[in-house]
Amino acid sequence: MALSVSDVERLGRLARIELSPDELEQLAPQLDVILEAVARVGEIDTSDVPATSHPQPLTNVFRDDVVAESLPVADALAMAPAAEEDRFRVPRILGESQ
Amino acid sequence: MTEILHRTAAELGADIAAGRLTSEEVTRAHLDRIDAVDADIRAFLHVDREGALEQARSVDARIAAGERLGPLAGVPLALKDVMTQVGVPTTAGSKMLEGYHAPYNATVTQRLLDAGVVILGKTNMDEFAMGSSTENSGFGPTHNPWNLERTPGGSGGGSAAAVAAFEAPLAIGTDTGGSIRQPGAFTGTVGVKPTYGGVSRYGQIALASSLDQPGPVARTVLDTALLHEIIAGHDPLDSTSLDEPTPPVVDAARSGDVSGMRIGVVTELGGEGYAPGVEAAFGRTVDQLADLGAEIVEVSCPNFEYALAAYYLILPAECSSNLARFEAMRFGRRVGDDGTHSAEDVMKLSRGAGFGAEVKRRIIIGTYALSAGYYDAYYGSAQKIRTLIQRDFDAAFEKADVLVSPTTPTTAFGLGERTDDPLAMYKNDLCTIPSNLAGNASASFPVGLSEDDQMPVGFHVMAPARADDRLYRVGSALERANEEVWGGPLLSRAPELKGAAK
Repeated sequence: MALSVSDVERLGRLARIELSPDELEQLAPQLDVILEAVARVGEIDTSDVPATSHPQPLTNVFRDDVVAESLPVADALAMAPAAEEDRFRVPRILGESQ
Repeated sequence: MTEILHRTAAELGADIAAGRLTSEEVTRAHLDRIDAVDADIRAFLHVDREGALEQARSVDARIAAGERLGPLAGVPLALKDVMTQVGVPTTAGSKMLEGYHAPYNATVTQRLLDAGVVILGKTNMDEFAMGSSTENSGFGPTHNPWNLERTPGGSGGGSAAAVAAFEAPLAIGTDTGGSIRQPGAFTGTVGVKPTYGGVSRYGQIALASSLDQPGPVARTVLDTALLHEIIAGHDPLDSTSLDEPTPPVVDAARSGDVSGMRIGVVTELGGEGYAPGVEAAFGRTVDQLADLGAEIVEVSCPNFEYALAAYYLILPAECSSNLARFEAMRFGRRVGDDGTHSAEDVMKLSRGAGFGAEVKRRIIIGTYALSAGYYDAYYGSAQKIRTLIQRDFDAAFEKADVLVSPTTPTTAFGLGERTDDPLAMYKNDLCTIPSNLAGNASASFPVGLSEDDQMPVGFHVMAPARADDRLYRVGSALERANEEVWGGPLLSRAPELKGAAK
């Protein structure tokens, strides 16, 4: 399966994690060893086995449709890296060329 | 002061309720102990001295006014830093959340406060609970009170070490693959992972939502049960919370009767890779249970062999999605917001700077396992193995009331010993992972020291979902039998900590 450095870079991009060249060099062989170990899940025939995503059967849970108190704006913004006019201030969304 | 520190939480609670002790003096004794020993142990990331004392005085005032509070009112506790608590930082052991204050209390936190339990501070952990040694904490490792050169296990190493070092009689942990039970085994303390859904996850910073489960940590079985009862029960704020009564854990802990109980030894959880001292202690304990009137049977769970592989796909898959919330826009660390970078660049830079190596490894494995073309082979197969493991449990519980194994293949390993080999680190969780995949209740109880290195050994008990009380029955029987042999609790044999002499 051998993950290359450029594979890991691509995965880092998908996961929105900046990885330095040193980290990429370190991660590629480590991830390879882990992926080889977890590939054991393919060793047994599970073609007739249903998948389980959750330990308990899940049902939708609804609360009553009544107005309830929500987080005050000041509390919601208290830990914001940046805020302006009662809103989260974020960097520009579009890239230079867009 | 030593007198207070060595009492059980149940005794402290009774003394506080009866006015023989005040919560304030009990709380002070523990805060002083933290001051004396925590520079060596490093169990706490944050100690809330003022908040704890204020809470203690309020409990004392309520008792003085004639109010009748619960059995643990006024008793101090250490809270794993993955649980939100208003007024103190919540970091989950990550630089991403350094200095973060949550705007609301986790349900577990709220229930503790409502019960009058005094929260001393927040304990160290592997970053976002990813790890088995606390060495992945963004703020440095915790040390094992039995031997400061060894790890206390993880991810809840801080909670287990705090309890083992007598810094608190009670603690809260969370268990995704063994993070309550493995540190329990490594530190000679009791740790219980309740049935999935038994304790609310609301306000617990999520790692893998289908596996995560908060639970109690303490030095005695009864203390663990009393704490379990306080934090358990239906919570409308967690859609996976079970809407049914909590199993009678306190009664079971008081009973400790295992006569006629069928105890299944799992064939696959032993042999190669298990330390001789661990296997010897395990064998002795099984014999002890037979002497106490239990019926020992052997059961086979052939698919447990694949549990580790399935877990290290399911967990990364879920965590890669859960940790997407750390995007540097609403809270948490933000890097590179200098007007030249786009929001996406800032996200990447912030996550690159804020996450540690293990978190990055797991997010990337998860991203890979969920990506088009690999999904069926990895995540899809892992979910099917999850079904097979549940079926193994179902079949085994036909033959036995509880299953048993060592909690961990080895005793506590040295700090730094496994940090360069992620796979060796993962193998710690061999025995504990199946219960997270199946959602049943499990616990680790201290059953002695290994002949190999004189470090504690944990005995792992697995019960069916919703039968958490059976864990306490077995744990309590062993605790009584062992303390008779040892002449006191196992922890009384732990070495004196240096700072404590002052």
